[in-house]
Amino acid sequence: MSAAVEKTIAISERRGFLARHGYQLLSIASPVVLLVLWEISVRLGLVDARFFPAPSVVLTTLWSMARSGELWLHTEASLLRLFWGFLAGGIPALALGIAMGLSPFMRAIFEPLIAATYPIPKSAIMPLILLIFGLGEASKVAMVAIGVFFPVAMNAVTGVLEINRIYLDVGRNCQASRWQMFRTIALPGALPFIMTGIKLGVGLGLILIAISEMLGAKSGLGYLIWNAWEILDVNTMYVGLFMIALIGFLFTHLLNALERWIVPWKAR
Amino acid sequence: MVRRMGAGLRHPAIRRRAALTMADAADRSARSAGDAPTKIRLRHLTKHFVTRRGALTALDDVSLDIAPGSFFMIVGPSGCGKTTLLRIVAGLETPSGGAVEIMRADPKKPINTMIFQGDSIFPWMNVWNNAAYALTIRGVAKPEIRDIVGHYLERTGLTRFADAYPHQLSGGMKQRVAVARAFANDPEILLMDEPFSALDEQNKTLLQQELLRIWEEDRKTVLFITHSVDEAVTLGDRILVMTAQPGRAKAMVDVPFGRPRDVLELRARRDYGELVHRIWADLRDEVERARAGSAP
Repeated sequence: MSAAVEKTIAISERRGFLARHGYQLLSIASPVVLLVLWEISVRLGLVDARFFPAPSVVLTTLWSMARSGELWLHTEASLLRLFWGFLAGGIPALALGIAMGLSPFMRAIFEPLIAATYPIPKSAIMPLILLIFGLGEASKVAMVAIGVFFPVAMNAVTGVLEINRIYLDVGRNCQASRWQMFRTIALPGALPFIMTGIKLGVGLGLILIAISEMLGAKSGLGYLIWNAWEILDVNTMYVGLFMIALIGFLFTHLLNALERWIVPWKAR
Repeated sequence: MVRRMGAGLRHPAIRRRAALTMADAADRSARSAGDAPTKIRLRHLTKHFVTRRGALTALDDVSLDIAPGSFFMIVGPSGCGKTTLLRIVAGLETPSGGAVEIMRADPKKPINTMIFQGDSIFPWMNVWNNAAYALTIRGVAKPEIRDIVGHYLERTGLTRFADAYPHQLSGGMKQRVAVARAFANDPEILLMDEPFSALDEQNKTLLQQELLRIWEEDRKTVLFITHSVDEAVTLGDRILVMTAQPGRAKAMVDVPFGRPRDVLELRARRDYGELVHRIWADLRDEVERARAGSAP
Protein backbone atom coordinates (compact mmCIF):
# COMPACT_ATOMS: atom_id res chain seq x y z
CA MET A 1 0.00 0.00 0.00
CA SER A 2 1.36 3.37 -0.90
CA ALA A 3 0.43 5.87 1.76
CA ALA A 4 0.84 8.88 -0.51
CA VAL A 5 -1.61 7.60 -3.07
CA GLU A 6 -4.18 6.56 -0.50
CA LYS A 7 -4.01 10.02 0.99
CA THR A 8 -4.67 11.88 -2.27
CA ILE A 9 -7.72 9.75 -2.92
CA ALA A 10 -8.99 10.38 0.61
CA ILE A 11 -8.56 14.15 0.31
CA SER A 12 -10.35 14.39 -3.02
CA GLU A 13 -13.23 12.34 -1.64
CA ARG A 14 -13.50 14.49 1.46
CA ARG A 15 -13.75 17.67 -0.57
CA GLY A 16 -16.51 16.15 -2.71
CA PHE A 17 -18.29 15.03 0.44
CA LEU A 18 -18.31 18.54 1.93
CA ALA A 19 -19.54 20.19 -1.24
CA ARG A 20 -22.25 17.61 -1.64
CA HIS A 21 -23.52 17.96 1.89
CA GLY A 22 -23.36 21.76 1.77
CA TYR A 23 -25.66 21.72 -1.24
CA GLN A 24 -27.91 19.14 0.40
CA LEU A 25 -28.39 21.42 3.39
CA LEU A 26 -29.27 24.28 1.06
CA SER A 27 -31.88 22.22 -0.73
CA ILE A 28 -33.46 21.27 2.58
CA ALA A 29 -33.39 24.88 3.80
CA SER A 30 -35.05 26.50 0.78
CA PRO A 31 -38.56 24.99 1.26
CA VAL A 32 -38.38 25.72 5.01
CA VAL A 33 -37.59 29.38 4.29
CA LEU A 34 -40.56 29.54 1.91
CA LEU A 35 -42.89 28.19 4.64
CA VAL A 36 -41.63 30.74 7.15
CA LEU A 37 -42.18 33.62 4.70
CA TRP A 38 -45.69 32.35 4.02
CA GLU A 39 -46.53 32.15 7.73
CA ILE A 40 -45.31 35.72 8.29
CA SER A 41 -47.29 37.03 5.30
CA VAL A 42 -50.51 35.51 6.59
CA ARG A 43 -50.00 36.89 10.11
CA LEU A 44 -49.30 40.36 8.72
CA GLY A 45 -52.44 40.08 6.61
CA LEU A 46 -50.52 40.38 3.32
CA VAL A 47 -52.36 37.38 1.84
CA ASP A 48 -55.96 36.21 2.22
CA ALA A 49 -56.09 33.47 4.88
CA ARG A 50 -59.28 32.03 3.33
CA PHE A 51 -57.34 30.93 0.25
CA PHE A 52 -53.90 30.64 1.77
CA PRO A 53 -54.25 29.42 5.37
CA ALA A 54 -51.09 29.82 7.45
CA PRO A 55 -48.77 26.80 7.45
CA SER A 56 -49.20 26.56 11.23
CA VAL A 57 -52.98 26.14 10.80
CA VAL A 58 -52.47 23.56 8.05
CA LEU A 59 -49.98 21.72 10.24
CA THR A 60 -52.50 21.62 13.11
CA THR A 61 -55.08 20.09 10.78
CA LEU A 62 -52.42 17.68 9.53
CA TRP A 63 -51.57 16.67 13.07
CA SER A 64 -55.15 15.95 14.06
CA MET A 65 -55.68 13.95 10.85
CA ALA A 66 -52.50 12.03 11.52
CA ARG A 67 -53.66 11.19 15.04
CA SER A 68 -57.06 9.98 13.82
CA GLY A 69 -55.28 7.77 11.28
CA GLU A 70 -57.21 9.34 8.41
CA LEU A 71 -54.07 10.86 6.93
CA TRP A 72 -52.20 7.59 6.84
CA LEU A 73 -55.17 5.82 5.26
CA HIS A 74 -55.07 8.14 2.25
CA THR A 75 -51.29 8.36 2.04
CA GLU A 76 -50.92 4.60 2.15
CA ALA A 77 -53.51 4.14 -0.57
CA SER A 78 -51.70 6.59 -2.85
CA LEU A 79 -48.25 5.15 -2.12
CA LEU A 80 -49.39 1.60 -2.82
CA ARG A 81 -50.91 2.61 -6.17
CA LEU A 82 -47.76 4.52 -6.96
CA PHE A 83 -45.62 1.50 -6.10
CA TRP A 84 -47.53 -1.03 -8.20
CA GLY A 85 -47.92 1.42 -11.05
CA PHE A 86 -44.22 2.08 -10.94
CA LEU A 87 -43.37 -1.60 -11.20
CA ALA A 88 -46.01 -2.26 -13.86
CA GLY A 89 -44.77 0.62 -16.01
CA GLY A 90 -41.08 0.77 -15.15
CA ILE A 91 -39.97 -2.82 -15.63
CA PRO A 92 -41.39 -3.31 -19.14
CA ALA A 93 -40.12 0.19 -20.01
CA LEU A 94 -36.62 -0.73 -18.92
CA ALA A 95 -36.60 -3.98 -20.86
CA LEU A 96 -38.07 -2.44 -23.99
CA GLY A 97 -35.86 0.66 -23.81
CA ILE A 98 -32.63 -1.29 -23.53
CA ALA A 99 -33.68 -3.74 -26.24
CA MET A 100 -34.46 -0.79 -28.49
CA GLY A 101 -31.09 0.77 -27.72
CA LEU A 102 -29.24 -2.41 -28.61
CA SER A 103 -31.24 -3.43 -31.67
CA PRO A 104 -31.98 -1.21 -34.68
CA PHE A 105 -34.67 -3.78 -35.54
CA MET A 106 -36.54 -3.13 -32.27
CA ARG A 107 -35.99 0.61 -32.68
CA ALA A 108 -37.50 0.57 -36.15
CA ILE A 109 -40.62 -1.16 -34.83
CA PHE A 110 -41.24 0.71 -31.57
CA GLU A 111 -39.84 4.19 -32.14
CA PRO A 112 -42.80 5.41 -34.24
CA LEU A 113 -45.26 3.87 -31.79
CA ILE A 114 -43.70 5.67 -28.84
CA ALA A 115 -43.36 8.91 -30.80
CA ALA A 116 -47.05 8.77 -31.68
CA THR A 117 -48.42 7.85 -28.23
CA TYR A 118 -46.08 9.91 -26.06
CA PRO A 119 -47.56 13.37 -26.83
CA ILE A 120 -51.11 12.31 -25.89
CA PRO A 121 -51.85 13.96 -22.52
CA LYS A 122 -52.10 11.11 -20.04
CA SER A 123 -55.05 12.76 -18.29
CA ALA A 124 -56.91 12.60 -21.63
CA ILE A 125 -56.69 8.79 -21.58
CA MET A 126 -58.27 8.71 -18.14
CA PRO A 127 -61.86 8.04 -19.35
CA LEU A 128 -60.60 5.24 -21.59
CA ILE A 129 -58.64 3.73 -18.71
CA LEU A 130 -61.72 3.88 -16.49
CA LEU A 131 -63.69 2.18 -19.25
CA ILE A 132 -61.15 -0.63 -19.57
CA PHE A 133 -60.05 -1.12 -15.98
CA GLY A 134 -63.14 -0.01 -14.13
CA LEU A 135 -63.39 2.24 -11.09
CA GLY A 136 -61.21 0.06 -8.83
CA GLU A 137 -57.50 -0.04 -8.07
CA ALA A 138 -56.50 -1.30 -11.52
CA SER A 139 -57.36 1.95 -13.28
CA LYS A 140 -55.22 4.02 -10.87
CA VAL A 141 -52.29 1.65 -11.15
CA ALA A 142 -52.63 1.69 -14.93
CA MET A 143 -52.54 5.49 -15.02
CA VAL A 144 -49.33 5.59 -13.01
CA ALA A 145 -47.84 2.82 -15.14
CA ILE A 146 -48.52 4.73 -18.34
CA GLY A 147 -46.97 7.86 -16.90
CA VAL A 148 -43.84 6.06 -15.70
CA PHE A 149 -43.45 4.03 -18.88
CA PHE A 150 -42.56 6.81 -21.31
CA PRO A 151 -39.75 8.66 -19.53
CA VAL A 152 -38.11 5.42 -18.39
CA ALA A 153 -38.30 3.78 -21.83
CA MET A 154 -37.14 6.88 -23.70
CA ASN A 155 -34.25 7.53 -21.35
CA ALA A 156 -33.17 3.88 -21.46
CA VAL A 157 -33.02 4.06 -25.28
CA THR A 158 -30.95 7.24 -25.17
CA GLY A 159 -28.77 5.79 -22.41
CA VAL A 160 -27.86 2.73 -24.44
CA LEU A 161 -27.32 4.75 -27.63
CA GLU A 162 -25.03 7.12 -25.72
CA ILE A 163 -22.78 4.28 -24.56
CA ASN A 164 -19.39 4.66 -26.21
CA ARG A 165 -19.25 2.19 -29.11
CA ILE A 166 -15.86 1.02 -27.93
CA TYR A 167 -17.43 -0.67 -24.88
CA LEU A 168 -19.73 -2.68 -27.11
CA ASP A 169 -16.69 -3.61 -29.24
CA VAL A 170 -14.92 -4.85 -26.12
CA GLY A 171 -17.93 -7.02 -25.33
CA ARG A 172 -18.03 -8.43 -28.85
CA ASN A 173 -14.28 -8.99 -28.83
CA CYS A 174 -14.70 -10.99 -25.60
CA GLN A 175 -17.46 -13.03 -27.30
CA ALA A 176 -20.06 -11.83 -24.82
CA SER A 177 -23.49 -13.35 -25.36
CA ARG A 178 -26.59 -11.20 -25.84
CA TRP A 179 -27.50 -11.55 -22.19
CA GLN A 180 -23.94 -10.76 -21.07
CA MET A 181 -23.88 -7.65 -23.31
CA PHE A 182 -27.14 -6.57 -21.70
CA ARG A 183 -26.08 -7.23 -18.13
CA THR A 184 -22.43 -6.13 -18.17
CA ILE A 185 -22.50 -3.25 -20.67
CA ALA A 186 -25.91 -1.99 -21.82
CA LEU A 187 -27.60 -1.87 -18.41
CA PRO A 188 -24.78 -0.34 -16.32
CA GLY A 189 -23.75 1.94 -19.19
CA ALA A 190 -27.27 3.31 -19.54
CA LEU A 191 -27.91 3.59 -15.78
CA PRO A 192 -27.21 7.34 -15.47
CA PHE A 193 -29.87 8.05 -18.12
CA ILE A 194 -32.21 5.43 -16.68
CA MET A 195 -32.02 7.12 -13.27
CA THR A 196 -33.03 10.42 -14.90
CA GLY A 197 -35.96 8.62 -16.50
CA ILE A 198 -37.00 7.13 -13.18
CA LYS A 199 -36.95 10.54 -11.48
CA LEU A 200 -39.09 12.03 -14.24
CA GLY A 201 -41.34 8.97 -14.02
CA VAL A 202 -41.91 9.42 -10.28
CA GLY A 203 -42.91 13.05 -10.87
CA LEU A 204 -45.37 12.10 -13.59
CA GLY A 205 -46.66 9.23 -11.47
CA LEU A 206 -47.48 11.63 -8.64
CA ILE A 207 -49.37 13.95 -10.99
CA LEU A 208 -51.37 11.09 -12.46
CA ILE A 209 -52.18 9.41 -9.15
CA ALA A 210 -53.62 12.67 -7.83
CA ILE A 211 -55.71 13.15 -10.98
CA SER A 212 -56.98 9.59 -11.12
CA GLU A 213 -57.93 9.57 -7.44
CA MET A 214 -60.11 12.63 -7.98
CA LEU A 215 -62.42 10.54 -10.16
CA GLY A 216 -64.15 7.51 -8.77
CA ALA A 217 -61.92 6.81 -5.79
CA LYS A 218 -62.81 6.48 -2.12
CA SER A 219 -59.30 6.87 -0.77
CA GLY A 220 -55.97 8.45 -1.62
CA LEU A 221 -54.54 11.94 -1.44
CA GLY A 222 -56.22 12.95 -4.70
CA TYR A 223 -59.56 11.90 -3.23
CA LEU A 224 -58.75 13.79 -0.02
CA ILE A 225 -58.15 17.01 -1.98
CA TRP A 226 -61.24 16.61 -4.15
CA ASN A 227 -63.44 15.78 -1.20
CA ALA A 228 -62.12 18.81 0.70
CA TRP A 229 -63.07 21.02 -2.27
CA GLU A 230 -66.58 19.60 -2.33
CA ILE A 231 -67.10 20.42 1.37
CA LEU A 232 -65.03 23.64 1.09
CA ASP A 233 -62.53 22.50 3.72
CA VAL A 234 -59.53 24.52 2.55
CA ASN A 235 -57.24 23.38 5.38
CA THR A 236 -57.66 19.71 4.52
CA MET A 237 -57.08 20.55 0.88
CA TYR A 238 -53.74 22.02 1.86
CA VAL A 239 -52.92 18.96 3.93
CA GLY A 240 -53.39 16.84 0.80
CA LEU A 241 -51.25 19.18 -1.27
CA PHE A 242 -48.61 19.24 1.41
CA MET A 243 -48.45 15.44 1.58
CA ILE A 244 -48.06 15.15 -2.19
CA ALA A 245 -45.30 17.76 -2.11
CA LEU A 246 -43.62 15.93 0.77
CA ILE A 247 -43.76 12.60 -1.05
CA GLY A 248 -42.25 14.15 -4.19
CA PHE A 249 -39.56 15.83 -2.14
CA LEU A 250 -38.65 12.63 -0.27
CA PHE A 251 -38.63 10.56 -3.44
CA THR A 252 -36.28 13.01 -5.14
CA HIS A 253 -33.82 12.77 -2.26
CA LEU A 254 -34.21 9.03 -1.99
CA LEU A 255 -33.55 8.59 -5.71
CA ASN A 256 -30.54 10.90 -5.60
CA ALA A 257 -29.10 8.80 -2.77
CA LEU A 258 -29.89 5.64 -4.72
CA GLU A 259 -28.14 7.10 -7.76
CA ARG A 260 -25.01 7.85 -5.77
CA TRP A 261 -25.08 4.30 -4.51
CA ILE A 262 -25.62 2.40 -7.78
CA VAL A 263 -23.78 4.80 -10.10
CA PRO A 264 -20.61 5.30 -8.04
CA TRP A 265 -18.42 5.74 -11.14
CA LYS A 266 -20.04 9.03 -12.09
CA ALA A 267 -17.40 11.63 -11.24
CA ARG A 268 -19.01 14.41 -9.25
CA MET B 1 -7.04 -22.94 -37.34
CA VAL B 2 -9.53 -20.19 -37.84
CA ARG B 3 -10.53 -19.15 -41.28
CA ARG B 4 -12.42 -16.02 -42.03
CA MET B 5 -13.08 -15.65 -45.72
CA GLY B 6 -14.72 -12.51 -47.04
CA ALA B 7 -17.57 -13.62 -44.93
CA GLY B 8 -19.72 -11.94 -42.39
CA LEU B 9 -20.98 -12.64 -38.93
CA ARG B 10 -23.73 -10.24 -39.78
CA HIS B 11 -23.98 -11.06 -43.46
CA PRO B 12 -25.15 -14.65 -43.36
CA ALA B 13 -26.16 -14.34 -47.01
CA ILE B 14 -22.55 -14.03 -48.05
CA ARG B 15 -20.55 -17.19 -48.34
CA ARG B 16 -19.48 -18.00 -44.83
CA ARG B 17 -16.65 -20.27 -43.84
CA ALA B 18 -15.89 -19.17 -40.34
CA ALA B 19 -15.89 -22.70 -39.05
CA LEU B 20 -13.32 -23.22 -36.36
CA THR B 21 -11.40 -26.35 -37.05
CA MET B 22 -8.25 -27.75 -35.62
CA ALA B 23 -5.88 -27.89 -38.54
CA ASP B 24 -5.31 -31.57 -39.00
CA ALA B 25 -1.83 -32.76 -38.30
CA ALA B 26 -1.03 -33.60 -41.89
CA ASP B 27 -2.00 -30.15 -43.05
CA ARG B 28 0.08 -28.47 -40.41
CA SER B 29 3.19 -30.57 -40.91
CA ALA B 30 2.95 -30.02 -44.64
CA ARG B 31 2.88 -26.31 -44.01
CA SER B 32 5.76 -26.26 -41.61
CA ALA B 33 7.81 -28.49 -43.92
CA GLY B 34 7.23 -26.18 -46.86
CA ASP B 35 7.69 -22.67 -45.56
CA ALA B 36 8.31 -20.86 -42.29
CA PRO B 37 5.58 -21.35 -39.65
CA THR B 38 2.82 -18.79 -39.72
CA LYS B 39 0.48 -17.68 -36.95
CA ILE B 40 -1.57 -15.10 -38.81
CA ARG B 41 -2.04 -15.37 -42.56
CA LEU B 42 -3.79 -12.61 -44.50
CA ARG B 43 -4.58 -13.22 -48.15
CA HIS B 44 -5.77 -10.51 -50.55
CA LEU B 45 -7.67 -8.61 -47.86
CA THR B 46 -9.84 -5.94 -49.41
CA LYS B 47 -12.39 -3.66 -47.82
CA HIS B 48 -14.69 -1.23 -49.59
CA PHE B 49 -16.93 1.22 -47.82
CA VAL B 50 -19.92 2.77 -49.51
CA THR B 51 -20.07 6.49 -48.87
CA ARG B 52 -22.29 9.22 -50.25
CA ARG B 53 -19.64 10.13 -52.79
CA GLY B 54 -19.26 6.60 -54.01
CA ALA B 55 -17.24 3.54 -53.07
CA LEU B 56 -14.13 4.03 -51.02
CA THR B 57 -11.41 1.43 -50.88
CA ALA B 58 -9.94 1.29 -47.38
CA LEU B 59 -7.85 -1.82 -47.91
CA ASP B 60 -6.58 -3.01 -51.26
CA ASP B 61 -5.25 -6.54 -51.61
CA VAL B 62 -3.15 -6.86 -48.47
CA SER B 63 -1.41 -10.20 -47.98
CA LEU B 64 0.73 -10.93 -44.96
CA ASP B 65 2.32 -13.77 -43.03
CA ILE B 66 3.09 -13.23 -39.37
CA ALA B 67 5.35 -15.72 -37.63
CA PRO B 68 4.35 -17.21 -34.28
CA GLY B 69 5.76 -15.33 -31.32
CA SER B 70 6.64 -12.24 -33.30
CA PHE B 71 5.81 -8.66 -32.46
CA PHE B 72 4.47 -7.41 -35.76
CA MET B 73 3.96 -3.72 -36.39
CA ILE B 74 1.91 -1.97 -39.04
CA VAL B 75 2.74 1.68 -39.51
CA GLY B 76 0.94 4.04 -41.84
CA PRO B 77 -0.57 7.51 -42.13
CA SER B 78 -3.96 8.24 -40.60
CA GLY B 79 -6.76 6.81 -42.70
CA CYS B 80 -4.63 4.15 -44.41
CA GLY B 81 -7.01 1.44 -43.33
CA LYS B 82 -4.74 -0.05 -40.70
CA THR B 83 -7.43 0.04 -38.02
CA THR B 84 -9.86 -1.52 -40.50
CA LEU B 85 -7.34 -4.30 -41.08
CA LEU B 86 -7.01 -4.92 -37.36
CA ARG B 87 -10.77 -4.94 -36.86
CA ILE B 88 -11.12 -7.50 -39.65
CA VAL B 89 -8.52 -9.74 -38.00
CA ALA B 90 -10.42 -9.29 -34.70
CA GLY B 91 -13.66 -10.33 -36.38
CA LEU B 92 -15.30 -6.98 -35.57
CA GLU B 93 -15.62 -6.15 -39.26
CA THR B 94 -16.03 -8.27 -42.36
CA PRO B 95 -13.72 -7.96 -45.36
CA SER B 96 -15.16 -7.32 -48.83
CA GLY B 97 -12.76 -9.91 -50.12
CA GLY B 98 -9.83 -12.04 -49.08
CA ALA B 99 -9.18 -14.31 -46.13
CA VAL B 100 -7.86 -14.27 -42.59
CA GLU B 101 -6.40 -17.42 -41.09
CA ILE B 102 -5.25 -17.70 -37.51
CA MET B 103 -3.50 -20.92 -36.57
CA ARG B 104 -4.70 -22.31 -33.28
CA ALA B 105 -2.23 -23.95 -30.95
CA ASP B 106 -4.70 -24.54 -28.13
CA PRO B 107 -8.41 -24.92 -28.93
CA LYS B 108 -9.33 -23.86 -25.39
CA LYS B 109 -7.80 -20.41 -25.70
CA PRO B 110 -9.74 -17.49 -27.16
CA ILE B 111 -8.54 -16.62 -30.63
CA ASN B 112 -7.79 -12.95 -30.20
CA THR B 113 -8.03 -10.13 -27.72
CA MET B 114 -7.82 -6.52 -28.71
CA ILE B 115 -6.44 -3.55 -26.83
CA PHE B 116 -8.38 -0.59 -28.16
CA GLN B 117 -7.38 2.96 -28.87
CA GLY B 118 -8.56 5.38 -26.20
CA ASP B 119 -10.65 4.66 -23.11
CA SER B 120 -11.95 1.14 -23.45
CA ILE B 121 -12.17 0.06 -19.82
CA PHE B 122 -15.65 0.16 -18.33
CA PRO B 123 -16.29 3.19 -16.07
CA TRP B 124 -18.84 1.15 -14.11
CA MET B 125 -16.38 -1.53 -13.02
CA ASN B 126 -13.46 -1.19 -10.67
CA VAL B 127 -9.95 -2.04 -11.81
CA TRP B 128 -10.17 -5.64 -10.68
CA ASN B 129 -13.48 -6.36 -12.42
CA ASN B 130 -12.25 -4.63 -15.57
CA ALA B 131 -9.11 -6.77 -15.67
CA ALA B 132 -11.18 -9.89 -14.99
CA TYR B 133 -13.87 -9.04 -17.56
CA ALA B 134 -12.86 -11.31 -20.43
CA LEU B 135 -12.30 -14.22 -18.05
CA THR B 136 -15.66 -13.67 -16.36
CA ILE B 137 -17.41 -13.65 -19.73
CA ARG B 138 -15.69 -16.93 -20.61
CA GLY B 139 -16.92 -18.43 -17.34
CA VAL B 140 -13.45 -19.22 -15.97
CA ALA B 141 -13.50 -20.60 -12.41
CA LYS B 142 -13.28 -17.96 -9.68
CA PRO B 143 -10.04 -19.15 -7.99
CA GLU B 144 -8.34 -19.24 -11.38
CA ILE B 145 -9.54 -15.72 -12.19
CA ARG B 146 -8.19 -14.56 -8.84
CA ASP B 147 -4.73 -15.96 -9.61
CA ILE B 148 -4.55 -14.69 -13.18
CA VAL B 149 -5.91 -11.21 -12.52
CA GLY B 150 -3.79 -10.89 -9.38
CA HIS B 151 -0.73 -11.72 -11.45
CA TYR B 152 -1.38 -9.21 -14.23
CA LEU B 153 -2.42 -6.42 -11.86
CA GLU B 154 0.85 -6.98 -10.08
CA ARG B 155 2.76 -6.96 -13.38
CA THR B 156 1.13 -3.68 -14.39
CA GLY B 157 1.62 -2.11 -10.95
CA LEU B 158 -2.13 -1.87 -10.31
CA THR B 159 -2.44 -4.16 -7.30
CA ARG B 160 -3.17 -1.36 -4.84
CA PHE B 161 -5.71 0.22 -7.22
CA ALA B 162 -7.77 -2.96 -7.56
CA ASP B 163 -10.81 -1.32 -5.94
CA ALA B 164 -10.45 2.05 -7.69
CA TYR B 165 -12.84 3.13 -10.41
CA PRO B 166 -11.48 4.37 -13.76
CA HIS B 167 -12.46 8.00 -13.10
CA GLN B 168 -9.99 7.96 -10.21
CA LEU B 169 -7.12 6.91 -12.51
CA SER B 170 -4.83 8.74 -14.91
CA GLY B 171 -4.80 7.98 -18.62
CA GLY B 172 -1.67 5.86 -18.27
CA MET B 173 -3.20 3.81 -15.45
CA LYS B 174 -6.34 3.21 -17.50
CA GLN B 175 -4.32 1.84 -20.39
CA ARG B 176 -2.46 -0.41 -17.95
CA VAL B 177 -5.84 -1.84 -16.96
CA ALA B 178 -6.60 -2.45 -20.65
CA VAL B 179 -3.25 -4.19 -21.04
CA ALA B 180 -3.88 -6.34 -17.96
CA ARG B 181 -7.36 -7.27 -19.25
CA ALA B 182 -5.99 -8.39 -22.60
CA PHE B 183 -3.06 -10.41 -21.23
CA ALA B 184 -5.25 -12.00 -18.55
CA ASN B 185 -7.50 -13.39 -21.28
CA ASP B 186 -4.50 -15.38 -22.61
CA PRO B 187 -5.54 -15.40 -26.28
CA GLU B 188 -3.79 -17.00 -29.25
CA ILE B 189 -2.95 -13.57 -30.65
CA LEU B 190 -2.99 -10.06 -29.23
CA LEU B 191 -4.22 -7.16 -31.34
CA MET B 192 -3.31 -3.62 -30.38
CA ASP B 193 -4.84 -0.56 -31.98
CA GLU B 194 -2.60 2.40 -31.12
CA PRO B 195 -3.14 1.70 -27.43
CA PHE B 196 -0.77 4.44 -26.26
CA SER B 197 -1.52 7.16 -28.81
CA ALA B 198 -3.52 9.30 -26.38
CA LEU B 199 -0.77 9.31 -23.74
CA ASP B 200 1.91 11.90 -23.17
CA GLU B 201 5.47 11.14 -24.22
CA GLN B 202 6.73 10.04 -20.79
CA ASN B 203 3.80 7.77 -20.06
CA LYS B 204 4.03 6.32 -23.54
CA THR B 205 7.68 5.37 -23.04
CA LEU B 206 6.91 3.84 -19.64
CA LEU B 207 4.04 1.80 -20.97
CA GLN B 208 6.02 0.61 -23.98
CA GLN B 209 8.69 -0.67 -21.63
CA GLU B 210 6.12 -2.36 -19.39
CA LEU B 211 4.35 -3.89 -22.36
CA LEU B 212 7.61 -5.41 -23.59
CA ARG B 213 8.37 -6.76 -20.12
CA ILE B 214 4.98 -8.45 -19.79
CA TRP B 215 5.13 -9.72 -23.36
CA GLU B 216 8.53 -11.34 -22.68
CA GLU B 217 6.80 -13.74 -20.25
CA ASP B 218 5.34 -15.87 -23.01
CA ARG B 219 5.95 -13.95 -26.25
CA LYS B 220 2.53 -14.17 -27.80
CA THR B 221 2.06 -13.21 -31.41
CA VAL B 222 1.21 -9.51 -31.46
CA LEU B 223 -0.23 -7.43 -34.28
CA PHE B 224 0.27 -3.79 -33.31
CA ILE B 225 -1.00 -0.80 -35.29
CA THR B 226 0.60 2.61 -34.93
CA HIS B 227 1.19 5.85 -36.79
CA SER B 228 4.43 6.39 -34.87
CA VAL B 229 7.60 5.20 -36.58
CA ASP B 230 9.42 5.44 -33.25
CA GLU B 231 6.94 3.13 -31.59
CA ALA B 232 7.13 0.67 -34.48
CA VAL B 233 10.93 0.43 -34.31
CA THR B 234 10.97 0.36 -30.49
CA LEU B 235 8.52 -2.52 -30.12
CA GLY B 236 8.52 -4.53 -33.32
CA ASP B 237 10.35 -7.47 -34.88
CA ARG B 238 9.00 -6.66 -38.34
CA ILE B 239 7.28 -3.57 -39.64
CA LEU B 240 4.85 -3.28 -42.52
CA VAL B 241 4.65 0.22 -43.97
CA MET B 242 1.24 0.91 -45.50
CA THR B 243 0.25 3.38 -48.19
CA ALA B 244 -2.37 6.05 -47.78
CA GLN B 245 -5.86 5.51 -49.19
CA PRO B 246 -6.32 2.91 -50.48
CA GLY B 247 -4.30 1.03 -47.89
CA ARG B 248 -1.75 -1.26 -49.51
CA ALA B 249 1.42 -2.94 -48.32
CA LYS B 250 4.29 -0.69 -49.31
CA ALA B 251 7.43 -2.01 -47.65
CA MET B 252 8.43 -4.66 -45.15
CA VAL B 253 11.21 -3.81 -42.73
CA ASP B 254 13.03 -6.22 -40.42
CA VAL B 255 14.05 -4.75 -37.08
CA PRO B 256 17.51 -6.09 -36.24
CA PHE B 257 17.48 -5.35 -32.49
CA GLY B 258 17.55 -8.27 -30.07
CA ARG B 259 15.42 -8.96 -27.01
CA PRO B 260 14.79 -8.27 -24.26
CA ARG B 261 14.96 -4.60 -25.12
CA ASP B 262 15.48 -1.55 -23.01
CA VAL B 263 13.44 1.22 -24.62
CA LEU B 264 15.70 4.09 -23.54
CA GLU B 265 18.95 2.37 -24.39
CA LEU B 266 17.55 1.37 -27.73
CA ARG B 267 16.70 4.94 -28.63
CA ALA B 268 20.22 6.10 -27.84
CA ARG B 269 21.67 3.79 -30.50
CA ARG B 270 22.87 5.15 -33.81
CA ASP B 271 21.35 2.33 -35.88
CA TYR B 272 17.98 3.00 -34.18
CA GLY B 273 18.00 6.54 -35.57
CA GLU B 274 19.06 5.30 -38.98
CA LEU B 275 16.24 2.78 -39.11
CA VAL B 276 13.67 5.35 -38.03
CA HIS B 277 14.98 7.69 -40.71
CA ARG B 278 14.76 5.00 -43.40
CA ILE B 279 11.16 4.14 -42.55
CA TRP B 280 10.28 7.83 -42.44
CA ALA B 281 11.59 8.20 -45.98
CA ASP B 282 9.18 5.42 -47.03
CA LEU B 283 6.34 6.94 -45.12
CA ARG B 284 6.80 10.60 -46.02
CA ASP B 285 5.26 10.33 -49.48
CA GLU B 286 2.28 8.53 -47.99
CA VAL B 287 1.70 11.08 -45.27
CA GLU B 288 1.83 13.85 -47.87
CA ARG B 289 -0.47 11.96 -50.19
CA ALA B 290 -2.91 11.38 -47.33
CA ARG B 291 -2.88 15.08 -46.51
CA ALA B 292 -3.38 16.09 -50.15
CA GLY B 293 -6.24 13.61 -50.38
CA SER B 294 -7.99 14.99 -47.34
CA ALA B 295 -7.66 18.63 -48.50
CA PRO B 296 -10.94 20.05 -49.81
